[in-house]
Amino acid sequence: MSSRDTIFASIRRSMGVSGEERLRNAAVDDRLERAPKGIIPTRAQLDAAGKLALMIEKLEGVQATVQKLASAAEVPNAVAEYLRANNLPASIRHGEDERLASLDWGKTALEVKRGPSDGHDLAALSHAESALAETGTLVLLSGPDNPTTLNFLPDHHLVVLKASDVTGDMESLWPRIRKKFGKGEMPRTLNFITGPSRSGDIEQTILLGAHGPRSLHVMIVEG
Amino acid sequence: MSTVSTAHDFKRNAEKVIADGTVVKNLKAVRQNFIDKRVKAAQGLPEFEALRENAKEIKNHTLAHLDLYLERYEAKVKEAGGHVHFAVDAAEARKIALEICRKVGAKTVTKGKSMITEEVGLNEFLETNGITPVETDLGEYIIQLRGERPSHIIAPAVHLNKNQIESDFRRVHTHLDPNRDLTEKVSLLTEARGVLRERFLAADVGITGANFLIAETGTSIIVTNEGNGDLTQILPKVHIVMASIEKMVPTLEDVSQILRLLARSATGQEMSVYTTLSTGPKRMGDLDGPEEYHVILLDNGRSAMLGGEFQDMLRCIRCAACMNHCPVYHQIGGHAYGWIYPGPMGSVLSPSLIGVDEAGHLPNASTFCGRCESVCPMKIPLPKMMRHWREREYERHLNPALTRAGLGFWAFFAMRPKLYGLATRIGMKLMALASRGKGRFASLPFASGWTKHRDFAAPQGETFQARFKRERGTR
Ligand code: SF4
Repeated sequence: MSSRDTIFASIRRSMGVSGEERLRNAAVDDRLERAPKGIIPTRAQLDAAGKLALMIEKLEGVQATVQKLASAAEVPNAVAEYLRANNLPASIRHGEDERLASLDWGKTALEVKRGPSDGHDLAALSHAESALAETGTLVLLSGPDNPTTLNFLPDHHLVVLKASDVTGDMESLWPRIRKKFGKGEMPRTLNFITGPSRSGDIEQTILLGAHGPRSLHVMIVEG
Repeated sequence: MSTVSTAHDFKRNAEKVIADGTVVKNLKAVRQNFIDKRVKAAQGLPEFEALRENAKEIKNHTLAHLDLYLERYEAKVKEAGGHVHFAVDAAEARKIALEICRKVGAKTVTKGKSMITEEVGLNEFLETNGITPVETDLGEYIIQLRGERPSHIIAPAVHLNKNQIESDFRRVHTHLDPNRDLTEKVSLLTEARGVLRERFLAADVGITGANFLIAETGTSIIVTNEGNGDLTQILPKVHIVMASIEKMVPTLEDVSQILRLLARSATGQEMSVYTTLSTGPKRMGDLDGPEEYHVILLDNGRSAMLGGEFQDMLRCIRCAACMNHCPVYHQIGGHAYGWIYPGPMGSVLSPSLIGVDEAGHLPNASTFCGRCESVCPMKIPLPKMMRHWREREYERHLNPALTRAGLGFWAFFAMRPKLYGLATRIGMKLMALASRGKGRFASLPFASGWTKHRDFAAPQGETFQARFKRERGTR
């Protein structure tokens, strides 16, 4: 008997079931199919402006920095300005995301690198898929557009977020993900990111910049 | 056999810790930090109580259909290009992990924080077999340097202070300037970050645990604040997830409900910094991510808990609120419990997993104050289950010495007025309730040696500490 069979046999023996029960199977398939929503906090059930305001409040509450931009065209200058203000080299790395690649980087003096990080970048730029206003959480998806290493290796993570992509809560995100990837399908990695990296492991003092970025800067594009 | 236990020596372990005094001092911050922050976070969400109830329902439903959800989950992982391995016990889980590492010729393995790999004793095993495991969670890294086990399930080094950590870093990081300044906490963090960054980039395999497994999508989830679990899984060629079978939840919606409780109950955050959903290996066109994705599903005694009086324990999401609020834990720290899981959740779980012969003392480590249950986000009736264990132990007359130790143990707390007073202020009401107006207990924590001979009077508005002192003289 394989270990797999042993474990299933043991589970079924403990519960006095065979695994063949029509009703039990129907209950499981039904839940997977319907994916009932449960309790949604009222906190983020707001109109678009309310969600955006809550998002910003929550981001600041988790020590992210936030900047509003009127349009995506302002992103290159904003990145250049951020790097300057933080005494960082004029260099940024991003993935293949057209929304970033198509920007006019030439008007800045920035060195723009493409592709995943090998750990030597001080700053990287990603485009968020969405964001959850309820907790100030960014949603990033893996793939060539926004390689996951950019979210974790650089000291400074800059993220572009379209105001119209801000949603209230996790439950409103899932339909969007299912539409994009298919029901029951997911990207390799979906990152929920809520503030810069931190640790409380030394005498429970919260210190920023444990292994991931020390700073998280969110540029919210309203146009 | 799982990681070696000294749970049978609980009383002696605890006394040693108390005599030393360092742990209780280092744990002072637990009371202020975790407790206050949890209250604030819970109060900040009006739906918190309703979510607890719903989370309990979700988990109960999942456990009642665990075989079926495991099947659905397994199929989805395979569909996404991942591998699923089943391990009946700790030895098998270790063996599977080693084989995967050997296949890719791994020399070093980075690890995200995982209680399951602690449970199976993975690090020692890999080391014996010539593979270097590197713990990357700061707290885990610190205790690995010290050759210790975690003393807390989410804050593994909570029993240590800054000076202890500094001297460990100086002892081990000998390649760094011996005159460097490490007085600030942040310089300790920065040093660890630098040392571990190289390890991340050099690792051949990354091993993480999982907070949840999602049947709908074949996804594993880890929740961290440091980002170490992410660097562990996206940089090496192979990502191994080691998780116990009860981590299952049906859907993305279901896990969303429980995530609202986890961080709030654990650290008082609304969300931990990184909640990461991983599904299979890297996809076509991906420029980073692991080439292989393996899930090792561990049973190690859990399937036997289903359908029985300890099934509720399988709802546990390892938030640690129960130990953060436990007056016994505050006094003795996590190591005294002698095995992997400390505090109230450990007192219930350990006897189930390693046997009542070994861990039968642990359920005595309760003052019955009931705070663990009141803060448990999954509404696990921890005191009731500890009582179940004690009753079993008593019925079996496991060994008379143990019963005597039980009384000794009660005395141990009764003679420590601060701890006892703290516990009984809350416990009084609860105990009065538990005796259901009869005014007497048939069995009592730590005191089965006593209640064997007489019913114990339920507290009638005064502590029984004074009474114990009196009675002790006559016994
Ligand atoms: S028993 Fe409850 S409080 Fe304790 S760790 Fe588990 S879920 Fe958290």
